[in-house]
Amino acid sequence: MRQQFRVIIVDIATGQAKIVTIDRRNEVAGGSGLAALLFTEYGHVDRPWDDPAQPLIFAIGPLTGYYPLMSKMVCAFRSSYHGQYTESHAGGRAAFALRFADFDALVISGRAAQLSCLLLGAHHVVVKEAEFLRGMDVESTGRLVRRIYKGGSGHRSIMRIGPAGENLSAMACINVDSYRHFGRLGGGASMGAKNLKAIIIQGDSHFAAPAGKSYAALCRDLYQQVTATEMMRKYYNLGTAANLATLNELQALPWRNLQQTRDETGIAGITGTAFADTTLLRNGACSGCPVGCIHIGFIRDRIAADNRYHYHQVAYDYEPIFAAGTMLGVTSAFDVLRILEVIERVGLDAMSAGVALAWATEATARGLLSAAETMVPLAFGDVGAYQEAARHLGQGSNAFYRLLGQGTLAAAGRYGGAEFACVLGQEMAGYATGELFFAAQTLGFRHSHLDTGAYSYEQQHPEKDVTRGVDFLIADEPGRVFLTSMVGCLFARSVYSRDRLAECLEAIGFPVLAGDIDATAEHIRRLRWRVRAGTGFDPASLSIPKRFSQITTWKGPIDQSYLDAVKSEYGIRIQALIAKENDQPR
Amino acid sequence: MKQLTTPRMAQCIGCHSCSLACARLVYRSISWNRAGIRIHSAGGLSTGFVAVTCLACQPAPCAAVCPTGALRDRPGGGIRLKREFCIKCGACVPACPVEAINADRQGDISICLHCGQCVGFCPQDCLEMVECGDVEVD
Repeated sequence: MRQQFRVIIVDIATGQAKIVTIDRRNEVAGGSGLAALLFTEYGHVDRPWDDPAQPLIFAIGPLTGYYPLMSKMVCAFRSSYHGQYTESHAGGRAAFALRFADFDALVISGRAAQLSCLLLGAHHVVVKEAEFLRGMDVESTGRLVRRIYKGGSGHRSIMRIGPAGENLSAMACINVDSYRHFGRLGGGASMGAKNLKAIIIQGDSHFAAPAGKSYAALCRDLYQQVTATEMMRKYYNLGTAANLATLNELQALPWRNLQQTRDETGIAGITGTAFADTTLLRNGACSGCPVGCIHIGFIRDRIAADNRYHYHQVAYDYEPIFAAGTMLGVTSAFDVLRILEVIERVGLDAMSAGVALAWATEATARGLLSAAETMVPLAFGDVGAYQEAARHLGQGSNAFYRLLGQGTLAAAGRYGGAEFACVLGQEMAGYATGELFFAAQTLGFRHSHLDTGAYSYEQQHPEKDVTRGVDFLIADEPGRVFLTSMVGCLFARSVYSRDRLAECLEAIGFPVLAGDIDATAEHIRRLRWRVRAGTGFDPASLSIPKRFSQITTWKGPIDQSYLDAVKSEYGIRIQALIAKENDQPR
Repeated sequence: MKQLTTPRMAQCIGCHSCSLACARLVYRSISWNRAGIRIHSAGGLSTGFVAVTCLACQPAPCAAVCPTGALRDRPGGGIRLKREFCIKCGACVPACPVEAINADRQGDISICLHCGQCVGFCPQDCLEMVECGDVEVD
């Protein structure tokens, strides 16, 4: 087993690549840790996010390709959204493709003179001019790329951006293999800034399987655990969409720009069951994951008076349904998919786009915006208007949409309405569970509901205990960071306990890493935060808009003083992590 | 004598667990390619998946062109592979009408041996071992 990292650095401006070997496996493991390390090496804290020299980093981990659910890839970059270092994670086939291309990471620097595609495999690296793809939507780009660059069907990954990425929208995602995304914090803009429309990674090499029987036996055990037990059923049955009904019942589901946390009647048409019963067409899986949590729904549109239809497949999950459904007051599963289909095509992050349009709708109702800005009158529940608005947001059709694409607070800074912008570091995730979650997303490393389990902890511990709550956030992060350094799906965290991860690492030849998981996890956590801080992170600069204090959850009205206290304490604790001096390079 | 069949590929979710299991257990490899069953998309992920694997021809055209006897007809259909006899000539690859034989850059081939190890690693019940002669063709 190769202990060193093998990294390919591609200068997209020249098409030249170099391979570097980095001997710090036991320090940063891979994935999140490797990406942060690579940013310290190739990133520039003194240059803006879109400087051609800034790296766009894709990293996998030591377990990628070797075990079930080790199917994720980390994308790291200096974010167009807040100018700071960040990560986004995606599944699909990208991680396995990079593994079988025999690289632990891909670092892209430079800016191509013309819109281009990068083709990478174990035996090739080529930059191809692709100006003819300019402005093309994500679906058409995928179709054309498959047609132009033949070979490797099923054994490659096609990552691409839509118009939103080309327009440098801070809400632009990188689409991975049609149904997965590096969604948040503007990774698509980082590709766009490099004039890079698509990355096609071919997984065309192979490695010797680890010797001995323990590896194969472990694979069999893990496979049995994730397929033959109830452990993962919630992810493949109704999928994450099952949470819609649960959170609505809890009064913790944001509706209509978080003006409500529950809608007794509206929920019926967009529960996980409703989606499964009416729109679910089939399931899909990331490579190496037998769980298969990808839920793909369908929409069909009549194109003529006679019975002529065309149809589209649209993936759904809890978060996109929250963003294009409850936040916009849209209560039909098919209508939610119609909006998501446009968001997908233009290459926007669904959560960011939905939350931004929800703000624009309330701003319209309050007279801060009109159709002069939004181009189409916005009203909660108006599906057609949201399809149009999503298209305009992705394409940056006018000054308003271009500004909104830089973030809801950017638009609110110009037009007013910051107090009801549902932004927690970035556009909120769909959990109005209370103070701890609001503070956790606001200050979390990725501003993600998956940075820590705050939303889940809060449901189980409704008491207002600042110390215990923040202790949980601080204690919960390293385990997640280690898993995203392997790089495993966070849905698998119940399967991959620390001891299980140690077994897995040991069985494939990483005994040192296996024996030092806790310390390595802590080191990676701090490394990430330090890199982030070096690019401008300051917890004091992040505020929680008034809207979050005006709601009522199942616990009652939000307690402003408790919210302020947990946010303040969490910020102090993160600053302490960043400042701690006794964590020298290992 | 049984053979591998893929009767329920419409249920496939594209997880590659079968290929990875074959690579791991039969070809002692970590690979998408070095496996006797390989999953391809039928034209992008929105169109479903196909399993590229040996259909157990009898007699097997790949065995017919093998100059060293590394591939020999297997009773009931398909082949038996004697790796030590393979000279990596690659003649078998184009002889297979369904592109079921993969040759890597070193010339090592991988082909389904109808051992059935992959079947237990399909979470969707797409695969099945069937007595040779009882195979139903769609």
